[in-house]
Amino acid sequence: MSADLRRATAAQLRAGYCSGEFTPVEAVDALLTAIQREDTALGAWLHLRGDEVRREAAAAEVTYAAARASGAAALDALPPLFGVPVALKDLVNMIGTPTTAGSKILEGYISPYDATIAAKLKAAGALILGKTNMDEFAMGSSTEFSAYKRTVNPWDRERVPGGSSGGSASAVAALHAPLSIGSDTGGSIRQPASLTGITGMKPTYGRVSRYGIVAFASSLDQIGPFARSAQDAALLLHAIAGSDPRDATSSVTPVDAALLKLPQGDQAARALKGKRFALPKEYFVAGMEPGVEAAVRAAVAALQSAGAIIDEVSLPTTEHALATYYIVAPAEASANLARYDGIRYGASKHGGGDLLDGYLATRGRGFGPEVRRRIMLGTYALSAGFYDAYYLKAQKVRTLIARDFDRIWAAGYDAIVAPASPSVAWKFGAKMSDPVAMYLADACTIPTNMAGLPGLSTPCGLSEGLPVGLQLIGAPWSEAGLLSIAAGYEALSANASWRDQDPTDLAALGGAA
Amino acid sequence: MSKLTRAEVEKVAALARLGLTSDEVEKLQGDLNLILEQWARLAEVDTSSVPASAQTIVQPMPLRDDTAHPSLSVDAALQNAPSRSGDFVRVQAILSEEADG
Repeated sequence: MSADLRRATAAQLRAGYCSGEFTPVEAVDALLTAIQREDTALGAWLHLRGDEVRREAAAAEVTYAAARASGAAALDALPPLFGVPVALKDLVNMIGTPTTAGSKILEGYISPYDATIAAKLKAAGALILGKTNMDEFAMGSSTEFSAYKRTVNPWDRERVPGGSSGGSASAVAALHAPLSIGSDTGGSIRQPASLTGITGMKPTYGRVSRYGIVAFASSLDQIGPFARSAQDAALLLHAIAGSDPRDATSSVTPVDAALLKLPQGDQAARALKGKRFALPKEYFVAGMEPGVEAAVRAAVAALQSAGAIIDEVSLPTTEHALATYYIVAPAEASANLARYDGIRYGASKHGGGDLLDGYLATRGRGFGPEVRRRIMLGTYALSAGFYDAYYLKAQKVRTLIARDFDRIWAAGYDAIVAPASPSVAWKFGAKMSDPVAMYLADACTIPTNMAGLPGLSTPCGLSEGLPVGLQLIGAPWSEAGLLSIAAGYEALSANASWRDQDPTDLAALGGAA
Repeated sequence: MSKLTRAEVEKVAALARLGLTSDEVEKLQGDLNLILEQWARLAEVDTSSVPASAQTIVQPMPLRDDTAHPSLSVDAALQNAPSRSGDFVRVQAILSEEADG
């Protein structure tokens, strides 16, 4: 039973709670037991709410028991994620929990308030298991830039889980949580979802409130779900989406109710007939691993066999997206991270010397190497004499990137299909000494952020025994449509041998002790 | 595109309020120059008639009523302060006593 509860999706947990087959306490216990046994090896978690979440699970159980006694209407009235465990990336403030953003400069910081999404998840009855590891301030593609610990990929303990939301991705892939929250500024949800073989979505810019989320690059950051099915990702997105008076960039566009009733199985597969997908040639670049390209092209062929129409298209500005991103994102980061001054909160090295010495020591020692690199890049790009050549130029190229995508939607395509990552998970250390190589890991995901569009990665097979992700990119506010396509692809590939395969190192994670 | 000199790297670090060791400055000088080579490729793109985009999903910005709402208590707001004095964050003096007088 406990092994089954680890594997259960959010939708299955909910059904079991309603029928009385099992309880939220049993589900939480199954996950906490697994975490306790395996996280020494996995390294996905930075903070666990063990006793607190057990108490909350017991309360949820009481509510379910009462609702079962009252009848179906009472059960239906409970929100879809009621009693469902969720993990938060450690940049989501939740009152009373440590929030470090993977940085020593926030060591010891305890959130005095809830991020809007934390408040929404609590109000929806979700059970917050704890906080997950990440690259410092979400800057990185492997989670190796966490100031705290290494997170491994459950498919191969010698390899990275991707990043920056590597803890949230590995936790879901290793069956430590059915759902988790990530953030995606240049691919930090879709790329680790691809590398760990799960589903991850970056919603449209403005779909999810960022109030209470540690900021990286404010014109790009978006919060989104990780799950082991498109349906579960849709349920979590629905719970966190919506406008928020505390975040002026959150959108008043209504949250799509279709997220709660995504087509399933044959119905989802049949809905693929007649869909029009654009296959951008620029996403199959030199340096892409042949096994990744083969898996993605096989997935596209499967969509075509199901009746979808596939056209090769060109997004000509793609090759310039990476440089554009690595001007815009560091520039915004250098401004956002100016707040870490060691005076109001966080690690402080004030005391000796004058005020300036305190700033220099606090920030020079509190930030790790990648964050320092990005602050330097951003400060330089915005400095007098260089602004026009770099930042302004990048903002103009950004317009061209967005226009490339606009032409696709104007031509009536339902989605773009592409790889989510040019490679499978790589070995620890392989890209640590070369920042440009690390930046190239996000080449397939960055253009979507530059244009503010929604995108997801859904598993589409293995290459050399490691997961490959199919990326779907859509027009603004098309999240339900993209997730429906992903559900259709899940149905098409339901009998593929890799679908039933556990991450290859999952059993070994608990065996280390 | 000329390369960043060590002095320029030190100047940017000072602007960013990053106290760096000599080794860190040297490492950053190399890294930044590698990345600037990538940036330089943007000069190839013709943007002469292209407007800049600060963000690409254009949304109406609703105004909200100018009314007071509850916010953090003083204790909650100060709970993470490295140094506190009563209801205040304690900071280092920014003026010397001589300058004060």
